[in-house]
Amino acid sequence: MSSARYSHPLDKYLRTEVIPHVMCPGCGNMSIANAFLRAVDKIFGSFEKFVFVSGIGCAAWIPSPHFKADTIHTLHGRPIPVAIGVKLANPDLHVVVISGDGDLVAIGGNHLIHAARRNADILVIMVNNFNYGMTGGQLAPTTPHGAITITTPYGNPEHEIDVSKIVAEAGANYVARWTILHQIQLENSFKKALQMEGFRFIEVLSPCTSRYVPRNFGNLKNILDFFKKNTIDIRVAQRKGSTEGKIVIGEFVIRDRPGLVRSIQELRSRALNAWRSSR
Amino acid sequence: MVEALSVNELFPPGRYFLMGNEALAIGALLAGCRFFAGYPITPSSEIMNFMARYLPLVGGTFIQMEDELSSIMAVIGASWAGVRSMTATSGPGFSLMQEGIGYAIMTETPIVLVDVMRVGPGTGQATKSAQGDVMQARWGRHGDQEIIAIAPAFAQEMLELTIDAFNLADTYRVPVILLPDEIIGHLEEVVEIPSEDSIIRIQRIEPKSPEEPHFGGDGARIAPMPIVGKGYNALITGSTHDEKGYRKTQDPNVHRRLAWHLVNKIRRNRDKIVKYEIIENESARIGIVAYGSVYRAAREAIDLAKKKGLRINLFRPITLWPSPERQLRKFAENLDAIIVPEMNTGMYVLEIERIVKDLLPVYSLTKIGGGEPITPEEILRFAENIIKEGIKK
Repeated sequence: MSSARYSHPLDKYLRTEVIPHVMCPGCGNMSIANAFLRAVDKIFGSFEKFVFVSGIGCAAWIPSPHFKADTIHTLHGRPIPVAIGVKLANPDLHVVVISGDGDLVAIGGNHLIHAARRNADILVIMVNNFNYGMTGGQLAPTTPHGAITITTPYGNPEHEIDVSKIVAEAGANYVARWTILHQIQLENSFKKALQMEGFRFIEVLSPCTSRYVPRNFGNLKNILDFFKKNTIDIRVAQRKGSTEGKIVIGEFVIRDRPGLVRSIQELRSRALNAWRSSR
Repeated sequence: MVEALSVNELFPPGRYFLMGNEALAIGALLAGCRFFAGYPITPSSEIMNFMARYLPLVGGTFIQMEDELSSIMAVIGASWAGVRSMTATSGPGFSLMQEGIGYAIMTETPIVLVDVMRVGPGTGQATKSAQGDVMQARWGRHGDQEIIAIAPAFAQEMLELTIDAFNLADTYRVPVILLPDEIIGHLEEVVEIPSEDSIIRIQRIEPKSPEEPHFGGDGARIAPMPIVGKGYNALITGSTHDEKGYRKTQDPNVHRRLAWHLVNKIRRNRDKIVKYEIIENESARIGIVAYGSVYRAAREAIDLAKKKGLRINLFRPITLWPSPERQLRKFAENLDAIIVPEMNTGMYVLEIERIVKDLLPVYSLTKIGGGEPITPEEILRFAENIIKEGIKK
């Protein structure tokens, strides 16, 4: 199989022995990987000091096993606490979580909110494909109201969550949302977020071509058209004073509050001063 | 970089009057634990409170997480970053941590976890002592596995066995669970704090290159453990994986080899891992097997018995899992009956029966609820009754 493969300029970031990958045809996961690797290549030129942490689900397989770096493939819902443990134990590392919406918002939702509140110094990339792809396409907290999944065969009676909005409110230093069609913006967001401290969150809307798309859009072209026509950049929405009922994309938050690592380092100095003055 | 104090600058070597939970926390600091993540829960909170105060002074990191699910996962992350790491909890939190323990077993991650046992199930009696988690420690996760669990019985042991726990975790790349009951966690007694220089800290072995296998084996050898961020390209997963970390969820042989490795690396080293204590009285026909705070009552009981002319032997498994199997059989050889007193409805007695029931009858003495300890008099009365009524065949 490998003899038929052409080399790629970003090969040095990949465990090429596991290519071809196992994502479904038309899946957005590897487009996101592509934009991310371009960003890393331009800013850092290597994976030195990078650690990737992922949960369970299709998106969690983007770094593990494909990225040639330290990759920790954890339990369902738990990549964020593992990433926080790695980062606090060795603050010199770039710790990146790549996982899906079910993993990060449903079973791991509490960790996501608290990581943003703590401003933990990790970058979280959330692939939002509106359902649980790996297990057959069940309802997710991100599934739009009325949408068909295998567990909402008569339409979703619940309402979807706006993850980016919640993470922004909770206190993250950087929050952005794009679709896989926004390759340039996505790459720029990755570049920016990788160089910031504190909690950074990038949500990427992505087609699940095996589960969600057939049940709700018919084919890949239709959902990509939807991504084009039914999204509005936050700056445009602000200028117009209306989102026009579309999904808002763009950069929602850029802050420079001190990250958790810096706050803990300051705490250590205060602790030592208090101990010395009590002597 | 902020400078840090040594543990002995905070606690110079000498004799202290300490709570068991505090002694345990000092033991962790002496062992080189520099990361703690936890969530408040009675009766273990003193450990976390102590770590919050002292870890920053020795250059470590303390974080209070949003729950026990995340506490144990943060500890696992810190361990992969090369730092000795610990969490502490009690019953309900221990239940939540089972998924993380399973992940640590599968990924061969050294961590230390303290479960100060209280009355359960459910919320139970939060402030009262029990020994109802001994089977949960052994069997609480899905899947095939072995772990190490240790039951201290003195405040001094809370310190010393915690140091052992870190060394065992790093040697065998396995979670080590400290299982004091609430009485041992909260009793206060004299503790000798040693000099830091006298502490033996077993160093983790790192791979020679990224190509050297990081996982598994045949149970005879523990694979070297990479530290993330150092260029090993460690591929870590809780799914079935081969020795280089690649997910192999369709190959029965890969799983077979991995599962037997996880089990055999503990079973084959049982005699190196287990700690136990035996008190023998000449010509004794009855033996007691007791652990944790009940051991203290049992020790008192055999002294009381001696005064009444009754000789009883005592075996204390300090390591509950793996159980000191060979040593227990030897202990049973010259006896007519064994009594196992426990603060539960009869749990560890099942393991004792498994080991010695072909040699002699095993009696279970149980007491639960209210945190009332088993008294020496109760143990003695039970032994006297057995003799009076005749040992069952």
